[in-house]
Amino acid sequence: MNQFEYTRASTQQAAIAALVKDEHAMFLAGGTNLVDLMKRGVTSPSRLIDINELPLAAIEQTATGLRIGAMVRNSDAAEHALVNRHFPLLSMAFKAGASPQLRNMATVGGNMMQRTRCPYFYDTAMPCNKREPGSGCGAIGGYNRMHAIFGASEQCIAVHPSDMCVALTALDATVTIAGPKAERKIAFADFHRLPGSTPQKDNNLQHGELITAVHIPFNHLTNVHYLKIRDRASYAFALLSVAAALNIKSGTIREARLAMGGVAHKPWRLTEAEKALKGQPANETSFKKAAAIAMEGARSYGHNDFKLKLAPNAIAEALRLASV
Amino acid sequence: MHDPITPDPSRRSFLKRSSALAAISLTPPAMVRAAEKGFDEKIAGVFEKMPLSVTINGTKQQLSIEPRVTLLDLLREQLHLTGTKKGCDHGQCGACTVHVNGRRVNSCLTLALTTEGKQVTTIEGLSKGEQLHPMQEAFIEFDGFQCGYCTPGQIMSAVACVREGHANTPDQVREFMSGNICRCGAYSNIVDAVMNAKQGGKTI
Ligand SMILES: Cc1cc2nc3c(=O)[nH]c(=O)nc-3n(C[C@H](O)[C@H](O)[C@H](O)COP(=O)(O)OP(=O)(O)OC[C@H]3O[C@@H](n4cnc5c(N)ncnc54)[C@H](O)[C@@H]3O)c2cc1C
Ligand code: FES
Ligand code: FES
Repeated sequence: MNQFEYTRASTQQAAIAALVKDEHAMFLAGGTNLVDLMKRGVTSPSRLIDINELPLAAIEQTATGLRIGAMVRNSDAAEHALVNRHFPLLSMAFKAGASPQLRNMATVGGNMMQRTRCPYFYDTAMPCNKREPGSGCGAIGGYNRMHAIFGASEQCIAVHPSDMCVALTALDATVTIAGPKAERKIAFADFHRLPGSTPQKDNNLQHGELITAVHIPFNHLTNVHYLKIRDRASYAFALLSVAAALNIKSGTIREARLAMGGVAHKPWRLTEAEKALKGQPANETSFKKAAAIAMEGARSYGHNDFKLKLAPNAIAEALRLASV
Repeated sequence: MHDPITPDPSRRSFLKRSSALAAISLTPPAMVRAAEKGFDEKIAGVFEKMPLSVTINGTKQQLSIEPRVTLLDLLREQLHLTGTKKGCDHGQCGACTVHVNGRRVNSCLTLALTTEGKQVTTIEGLSKGEQLHPMQEAFIEFDGFQCGYCTPGQIMSAVACVREGHANTPDQVREFMSGNICRCGAYSNIVDAVMNAKQGGKTI
């Protein structure tokens, strides 16, 4: 690991000011992604600003929903009574992520900011447009089993690996961001980016900005399920995952929310499939039809061809599991 | 513009000289003197060790370490607490599991400086003198290992798993022990050990 300077920030303002001062400085939260990337020489910040002491670790009920501080640990959020009661989909997603040890370290803000990545991004001997813009994409034409089937570009086909973010996308969360001048809010679905011609940018956070919280509005989603499909039963990244949330009344779907992980550069919302489900009976026919609609525009790259079949099956299965 | 992470060529060649680096990391004041003699302040800064006050297995330690040292390397290389193992060094295997303020974490991804003022417990701190911890006894009784390399991490994780309330059924133990990989595949005996330790009536 390269040498770097280390500072502890005791206030939000001090953390932001320290970051603004140094364009190569980065925040350190749980460290589970950043320290790993630093060890591999993929990321080499000049300075780490430790934000672990910032008072951003509360989960609070607001008039319209739940506010989860950016420094809340993934394990604490997963077990929290308010999260379990109001957003069981989010609890399920948290519990499906990483391992108990990593969840004890990983924060909500860090989980959002973990790099969209692939093995070529990690391997500094290989080309990767995300790590080194213009160097090419090793995964296109290379080994691409874990890679995207939606929204990729000629530049990058990596996927965002988070489980939490898939649930937060389906739940229409809002991100609160503090900056050097003012605070701003951004819809969760607009936080992460597609690769386009700038795959080095995973999201729309600017240097000098600090995520302070996510807010999840209360909803009427009566039936939810988070389905994660991986190579082993636990402690593995998703081949793909589905967050399904429905409002079902007398067998009819009144509202549907669907998002997928492991299929795109960002958590992938299935808007058209949601529309197709509205007003339909909560049965296998509706689920399969919605899954087929969700797959429009999907494309694979060789090793990940299986995802074209796995994805619609997983969508239908998640809807079925949510509906019972 | 001056770029703090890309030193000019003369500094870079200086940095590449590992012997110089080693000398500096052993004697930080030398670096400070070097800085006074005209080296870039920034470079002096990054080589400086920082104070760390942390309680490890009940003993308060006043240390001086580089920011890049992980808790795992601090334990093993500097404090010679080699019970905690380095498997992958990337958060993937759980061999390095220790408790920080009672919570199980991967020490390989924990920068040591982030444990300032905290309590760290390693496998060496689990027993009371010669008296093994009930989880250690259970691992022996139920043959919860073969080569033993993953075992300190498994035991630290298992103790936390029980304390968290995540050891109620064998399936739950499997899920909540999944952060610890066993290359020898002693899993079924590990599940037996954890379930039995939990049900054995002793305080975990
Ligand atoms: C072996 C392994 C398996 C994993 N498996 C999964 C999995 O199955 N599912 C899953 O979802 N995740 C998985 N992860 C990823 C893990 O969830 C993330 O690494 C973690 O959530 C990152 O959070 P952190 O607090 O540790 O972030 P850090 O590593 O501290 O930081 C990550 C990035 O976020 C920035 N940052 C942190 N907090 C803020 C903030 N408040 N504002 C602005 N920027 C901030 C940092 O500067 C850094 O760039 C896995 C990780 C490992 C190592
Ligand atoms: S050595 Fe830390 S998880 Fe493998
Ligand atoms: S006992 Fe050998 S790795 Fe687990």
